Amino acid sequence: MHSNAYTFRFAATVTIVCSVLLAGAATLLKPRQIENEELDKKKNILASVNIRPAEGESFSRQKIQELYSKYIKGVVVDDQGNIVEGKTPDDIDPKTDTGLYPLYEYIKDGQPQAHILPVSGKGLWSTIYGYLALDTDCSTIKGITFYKHGETPGLGGEISKDWFTANFVGKKIRDAEGNLVSIQVVKGKVREGDPQAYHEVDGISGATLTGRGVTNFLRSELKKYEPFLKKMTEAEGGHING
Amino acid sequence: MANDVQTAEIKKPREKMFSKKNLRVLREPLSDNNPITFQVLGICSALATTVQVNTALVMTLAVTFVLTLSNVFISLLRNKIPSKIRIIVELAVIATLVILVDQILKAYLFDISKQLSVFVGLIITNCIIMGRAEAFALQNKPWPSFLDGLGNAMGYGWILLVIATGREILGSGSFFGFQIIPQALYQAGYENMGLMVLSPGAFILLGLLVWVQRTITKTVHE
Repeated sequence: MHSNAYTFRFAATVTIVCSVLLAGAATLLKPRQIENEELDKKKNILASVNIRPAEGESFSRQKIQELYSKYIKGVVVDDQGNIVEGKTPDDIDPKTDTGLYPLYEYIKDGQPQAHILPVSGKGLWSTIYGYLALDTDCSTIKGITFYKHGETPGLGGEISKDWFTANFVGKKIRDAEGNLVSIQVVKGKVREGDPQAYHEVDGISGATLTGRGVTNFLRSELKKYEPFLKKMTEAEGGHING
Repeated sequence: MANDVQTAEIKKPREKMFSKKNLRVLREPLSDNNPITFQVLGICSALATTVQVNTALVMTLAVTFVLTLSNVFISLLRNKIPSKIRIIVELAVIATLVILVDQILKAYLFDISKQLSVFVGLIITNCIIMGRAEAFALQNKPWPSFLDGLGNAMGYGWILLVIATGREILGSGSFFGFQIIPQALYQAGYENMGLMVLSPGAFILLGLLVWVQRTITKTVHE
């Protein structure tokens, strides 16, 4: 039988050895992990406008960088809807720069194709992060991705799966008068022929609360960008792109 | 009990590295005493990580790493660990190893670590690992403990890979991400079995596997 003093010494030693080991590993691997997260964001920005690898394949690290710098331009907009010159999304410090929002422009052959808005908010258990791509009419959704969350795998976690995000494509965030109505994740399936169907997507069974979270944060995130989106639609000259 | 085992160890002449006894330690968990199909442990992760062969393989490697090393470390410390706090010490060793694996995956296999999501972290609570530490490593020398860990990890792994192979082929028509069911078959009306992608598919395959295995080994569970 070991003495109590020995037990304490042993516990302290184990604790110190384990924590030194883990702290060391975490510090060493941190730069590469951050790089991976950055690449993953870029990959998801590209995926939101449907630039993705063929089924069963994946982009190499260089390929992601190459496509990103070719098609995507990061800008910053303020809460009046103006583009802040000379700033990129990386310059935004969320603590001090309230009222400045990052935005990504998808540009192909010199023509703007889509506005990509970073969206995030509370799901059921965690903060969900994603990118929402809007067509140049500022109403039609081109695509959406959710790349980081801590929802239950198999239930709320399904939001990041293609079958769920594919539901958003072609939906509209505005009604016929151009008012912002956002998108609602409904319980169950969207009813066919419902006039609201343009603004609704199928929910995930067993994940009603995650869906409600997505509905709520999409609305509040879209409101943040509304001044900018309004300006863009006016610049379009009021004509509606199919 | 533990003392008896130790005196017996000292009296015996030095054991060969691959003695019959040691080989049995390695072989038994592969079939007769398989952690999944016989002891029915680690089912949660076996269901969750077997949608694709790729993730199942990485999960197997992660569990192999954690299980063999935790067995070796616990065995090395077996005479030093105060029995009052042995469970928490085992847990500290296991948790350290799991977090190491998780960090390495995040740095070098980011996509797979995203797919495995919480399940790498949940290796900490995988009953197989704690079970082997308690049942084997605390009473045995490092080398047999290493073999026991390796055997159990492989016993866990081969079941995972068999289930994952079945699920990926039936559920997605692919193997290791490569499409193996030809397009022509889909055009002829063949469809992937959606059930296989969901957890019940894994349950059904696992049940069939247990049945087949017990018919062959003729073991009967009381």
